[in-house]
Amino acid sequence: MNPIDFLLWVAFPYAAMAVFVVGHIFRYRHDQFGWTSRSSQVYENRLLRWGSPMFHYGILMVLGGHVVGLLVPKEWLEFVGVSNEIYHIGATWLGSIAAVLTLAGLAILIYRRRLNTRVLLATTVMDKVMYALLGATLLFGTTATVLFQVLGAGYDYRGTISPWVRGLLSAQPDPALMSNVPFFFQLHVLSATLLFLLWPFTRLVHVFSAPIGYFVRPYIVYRSRDTHRGSGARKARRGWEKSVLPTSARDKDAARR
Amino acid sequence: MRVMAQMSMIMNLDKCIGCHTCSVTCKQVWTNRTGVEYVWFNNVETRPGLGYPKRYEDQEKWNGGWVRNKRGRLKLRSGGRLKRLATIFNNPDLPVIDDYYEPWTYDYDMLTKAPLSTESPVARPKSLLTGENMDIKWSGNWDDNLGGSQETAADDPILATMSEHVKMEFENTFMFYLPRICEHCLNPACVAACPSGAMYKREEDGIVLVDEDACRGWRMCVSACPYKKVYFNHKTGKAEKCTLCYPLIEQGKPTICSETCVGRLRYLGLMLYDADAVLAAAAIENDQDLLEAQRGVFLDPFDPEVIAAAKAEGMEDDWILAAQNSPIYKLISEYKVALPLHPEYRTMPMVWYIPPLSPVVDVISTTNNDGEDARTLFAAIDKLRIPVEYLAGLFSAGDVVPVESSLRKLAAMRSYMRDINLGKDRDESIPAAVGMTGTEIEAMYRLLAIAKYEDRYVIPKAHVETARELEELACSLDTDGGPGMGGPTSTAGPYGKTPGMPFNATVDNYNEMIGKGGEKTKPTTPGRINLLNWNGGGRPDGLFPPVADAGSPA
Repeated sequence: MNPIDFLLWVAFPYAAMAVFVVGHIFRYRHDQFGWTSRSSQVYENRLLRWGSPMFHYGILMVLGGHVVGLLVPKEWLEFVGVSNEIYHIGATWLGSIAAVLTLAGLAILIYRRRLNTRVLLATTVMDKVMYALLGATLLFGTTATVLFQVLGAGYDYRGTISPWVRGLLSAQPDPALMSNVPFFFQLHVLSATLLFLLWPFTRLVHVFSAPIGYFVRPYIVYRSRDTHRGSGARKARRGWEKSVLPTSARDKDAARR
Repeated sequence: MRVMAQMSMIMNLDKCIGCHTCSVTCKQVWTNRTGVEYVWFNNVETRPGLGYPKRYEDQEKWNGGWVRNKRGRLKLRSGGRLKRLATIFNNPDLPVIDDYYEPWTYDYDMLTKAPLSTESPVARPKSLLTGENMDIKWSGNWDDNLGGSQETAADDPILATMSEHVKMEFENTFMFYLPRICEHCLNPACVAACPSGAMYKREEDGIVLVDEDACRGWRMCVSACPYKKVYFNHKTGKAEKCTLCYPLIEQGKPTICSETCVGRLRYLGLMLYDADAVLAAAAIENDQDLLEAQRGVFLDPFDPEVIAAAKAEGMEDDWILAAQNSPIYKLISEYKVALPLHPEYRTMPMVWYIPPLSPVVDVISTTNNDGEDARTLFAAIDKLRIPVEYLAGLFSAGDVVPVESSLRKLAAMRSYMRDINLGKDRDESIPAAVGMTGTEIEAMYRLLAIAKYEDRYVIPKAHVETARELEELACSLDTDGGPGMGGPTSTAGPYGKTPGMPFNATVDNYNEMIGKGGEKTKPTTPGRINLLNWNGGGRPDGLFPPVADAGSPA
């Protein structure tokens, strides 16, 4: 086995998976206060009104496509009557619509984030890294699809990438499946893996708080008085620390002298 | 019947001088942080005026509160559960920061550090969002005291609902101040709209709060609240709102806005209500019946059945007593002078207002008539349609009858008490004209005009002893043998039966605890002498701690 292949297609994905899972658990337990979508809608709404739904609905379609393409074995689909040709046409068409929606949405969002000063100033370094990775992943994926599926004869990733993903998930990784995959698909997979690795430390965690429970809970929520706060017996959770009195500039000068 | 207690507030608008002290102290306590620069949990509006945020009462635009659908059921005006989740990526009804105002500071540094020049230095306004120079065009109370209102007041959503002649005349008729905090509604639309379930109504006192840890920043509460009293902290990405100063209320103290109110116009107290009846009352067909429907939800704290039901729910005696002494109950249910703000939003608000009589009195006084004569006042209330209609637009969904009734009672109090103060005979026909007795009028006068501190604020303390027990239960490590050993069930140590924290660990408490209440001379540590009992001679055993072993640091 080629050590580079092993590193890229076994070690790296597993490392990313581990960080993804442990990172989310850790952050969920220790940073509830930081767990938010950090919306910037109050700063600007004219562009966001278009960009955000386009991107989000697009990316949900992309997610659905990836679940069908990667996790459902080819044979199962054929068993229910979806032949290779039907799948190919469906995936390419739906995938292209989703890609256009997502990329156009993301373009609006990035344009807004860059050119609206209010939004720009509320952008953290992690946001920028996340945007770069997300954009790169989407671009590589779209490029690969356009080159091979739309313009080219079609690349059957369901014979290579999909079994590789399922192999990873079922603890039977096979790096050989990935070694001859076209370059843009490889790039797409690698940047996506890096994105998964950073995921728990970005605002992307809001994906896991999709409020499904809202459908079933009663409208008015009653709760008893908070019991965790204020005794001082335990260390305050993040975001709940006691505030420090501001020091005036004069005091700081005096301390320096 | 499910008896619940609600901590509520009433503001006597006649006494509000629009000094904004409540807003400023509230801001200093709660929202003097980055991310909430533009947020005023308490604000004071001049009415007629646009309010804060601009035109928040225009529910055609903002879709706040509830509506009754064709099947007679309540529905959030902004849509049901499915629509809410479908629009979660971009809240269509959310006000942007410019609808409140862009927060700013001044470049004060310029005033002292500017280089020498012929012109005097200027502190220019700088945006707190972008840091750039900005033109100040609007703020939280830009139309204070009707400033510039010849241009803006026509946009007041309440004026828009009134007949044409009002718009022409109002400028020379009346003006009053409307302080606003969160309404802590019985049927809160913000809580219902929160997709994460992070907002809740406290079972004990009905205060509506945001769980900052559970909030995921979907912003649905901000748009669903028809009073626009939930705000988005743009720094933390979480919702924040008026807390009714619950840390103070729990200690039996009034909120900071009430405590610092110069006009002493705020009242705080409990209201008992039937939680099972709220939904039906809020879903009543006619908007103008909502006031009476909400009054019907409140329970009489003197009714033995209500008291029994409250005790069955676990309500303590001091809370029932506080509900009986509550100024809120008196003003809402006994004297019926207080009215809710915009009952037509169907949220069952719990901050009520005593409508201002002063616009009426002002008009009478300018015409050289006696502004404290009962007959003149009654006639003026009947005749001065404009302020009465406007007040009805605020406090009773446009129905002038409850507003008139409230104003007539205030007018009756004014002239009846003037006769007493001038040493004249009591004119019992005045209270009779408004369906009250002289004794009732005097009691109402004590509550509204004398307004003693202890009459205005009847706030029972929260039962912390229950909370402390729960706090002890909370730590799973506090089991016998666990790392936090010595929990509530542990018998180790002299304080075996006390909660884990040795608070109030005095000698007396210790003796009481081990059943030797009378024997207060015994030293707390076995073998040690109590210095209070030492006669000063010699060196008895146990005067000093045992000598440490060689090598040990002690």
